[in-house]
Amino acid sequence: MDLKEKLVSSFMAFEDGLDLDHPVHEERNTAIKNFETKGFPTKKDEAWKYTSLRGLQKVDFSIFPKQETSLEYKDVKKYFLHEIDTYKIVFVDGVYSSYLSETTHDGVDVCLMSSAFSKPMFQQVIEVYFNKAASKEESLTSLNTAFCKEGAYIYIPKNKMPKKPIQILHLATGNEAALMLQPRNLIVAEDNAEVQIIERHQSLTSNEVFTNSVTEIFAGKDAIVDYYKVQNDESTASLVDNTYISQKDSSVVKVHTFSLGGKLIRNNLNFYQNGERIDSTLKGVTILADKQHVDHHTLVHHAQPNCESHQDYKGIFGDSSTGVFNGKIIVDKIAQKTDAFQQNNNILLSDKSTINSKPQLEIFADDVKCSHGCTIGQLDEEALFYLRSRGIPKKEAKALLMYAFANNVLESVRIPELKARINKIIADKLGVRMGFDL
Amino acid sequence: MLEIKNLHASVEDKEILKGIDLKVNAGEVHAIMGPNGSGKSTLAEVIAGQEEFEVGEGSILLEGEDLEELSPEERAHKGVFLSFQYPVEIPGVSVTNFMKTAINESRKAQGLEDMPANEMLKKIREKSEMLEIDRKFLSRSLNEGFSGGEKKRNEIFQMAMMEPKLAILDETDSGLDIDALRIVANGVNKLRSKDNAIIVITHYQRLLEYIVPDFVHVLHNGKIVKSGTKELALELEEKGYDWLKEETAV
Repeated sequence: MDLKEKLVSSFMAFEDGLDLDHPVHEERNTAIKNFETKGFPTKKDEAWKYTSLRGLQKVDFSIFPKQETSLEYKDVKKYFLHEIDTYKIVFVDGVYSSYLSETTHDGVDVCLMSSAFSKPMFQQVIEVYFNKAASKEESLTSLNTAFCKEGAYIYIPKNKMPKKPIQILHLATGNEAALMLQPRNLIVAEDNAEVQIIERHQSLTSNEVFTNSVTEIFAGKDAIVDYYKVQNDESTASLVDNTYISQKDSSVVKVHTFSLGGKLIRNNLNFYQNGERIDSTLKGVTILADKQHVDHHTLVHHAQPNCESHQDYKGIFGDSSTGVFNGKIIVDKIAQKTDAFQQNNNILLSDKSTINSKPQLEIFADDVKCSHGCTIGQLDEEALFYLRSRGIPKKEAKALLMYAFANNVLESVRIPELKARINKIIADKLGVRMGFDL
Repeated sequence: MLEIKNLHASVEDKEILKGIDLKVNAGEVHAIMGPNGSGKSTLAEVIAGQEEFEVGEGSILLEGEDLEELSPEERAHKGVFLSFQYPVEIPGVSVTNFMKTAINESRKAQGLEDMPANEMLKKIREKSEMLEIDRKFLSRSLNEGFSGGEKKRNEIFQMAMMEPKLAILDETDSGLDIDALRIVANGVNKLRSKDNAIIVITHYQRLLEYIVPDFVHVLHNGKIVKSGTKELALELEEKGYDWLKEETAV
């Protein structure tokens, strides 16, 4: 039985124990039908031309999380940003771990989707926001919607800001030979609210993991959302991350994606600007080796006038790794005075590494500023000689140039401890010790 | 200090250096002059270890040790410094961080601990003052958006920080106005000592009024065609290079 059949035929079993009268369940029903019709995307789909899910569909994944597995904090501490105090929403094999988490209802709600679905106090928020930004067409998003049950629920009321950043951590223990996870996150920052979120998926063994995640983010008027995705997983862990962001007037949403490890990573990052004077920022650093594959598909939909978007993705590809950057910008006819910027720079370190980079601009307004640039090159030999002539060994000199290359993106990380952490991951990856942080 | 014997170097099968002999003793300043395309910059880069060039016959000895098998960084660790004609811009790495890395990597190669932070800061302050470099400049990205003069001044700042045994200044005067030239030359003169040696590569005699050489060599078509004292530079300034070309053709 292939994975699609297995998922579709398991849906009825999944319904056991769910409240079938809950409005969300209707969404699940519609979604499973869409997935059943469309199935997994194939290379024939333009958007999946360079990323194949065929291999994953042959794996016999367990699709229902088992009961909570206890993990010792000391064993997983290194995956937390433990240098600072944070709220934590932690899942182990898809099941909430209260032991590792620190949630709150103190002025803001930092808790679980399962609570939000079941408790009356959250019902209104669910009705207003749940599945309102996520695509109802895209089959993997539908697959997630069909099986949505658990994930992070973050609600920041008007004018509020949580006392500390929030970490969402998905751990996979490897207790199952192969595990499929489908977390569903909902993040709402009401007018003038502010929140910082760090999300990480981490497999603890080399058993296969396939995560199909959906995150919806809503930013009210003047809201500020800073979202960091740390993707540095095992070489047997695959992730399809579907993130949908809906912004209102004058809101500022920044998403940083650090793709530093994993077997296959597909980021579908979608911004919808539903107001004026909106600022959307999408930044990414991708550093890959071996046979790793990362595919960034971004979409910024400018639907109102006077908005900005900034995209800056840097990629460094070693060995036989492959990358994709597909940046789509849509500017509606009424979205005059749009300022959309897109930049994708890549360095190929080996003859066997590949990057496919494609800007896709669909502009229907006539008074806009849209620019895009893409470069693919090697490390600058002149620069390398310059650094080496100052006594910096070749390996360190290369690393320094790679750091310098990624610096634009790193320097806009607003949590210094996170920046230091990313720096360290990169330094470890490059096998060097840097005497300073960028 | 430096002894170059019958040095040949080529790039993509084109021979550029065709048998250079040069001996530079500690405490000396040598100027190498010559028309464009004579091989001056190639000589500088070959000494610094640029791997782009194929070194054929001949050898380069630094304090008696053959440099042939050494990488650019190993040569730097042994005290070779090249002030680049066209310093490379490296966005994202500040001048200070770059210098810290360079100095500590050199120290590491010599089995020394990192330089203590306060000592490093003191040294940076001292050397930047000597070259009249604004402190703000040091936190800027290396050479990025620097004017030609700022880049050259920054090269000499790096030289001051690294304290090389053998410094090669490749057209350090180009792009400098007279004030900057004076500051840079003063800096270089302060770094002169009986224990180090300096090779000044220049097209014009102007710089040599400030950094007075002990010897002047003329490079033409990959060979040193004439050597002399500082008066030779004046003669060249007056007559140009054509008479030499004729003389060597005969």
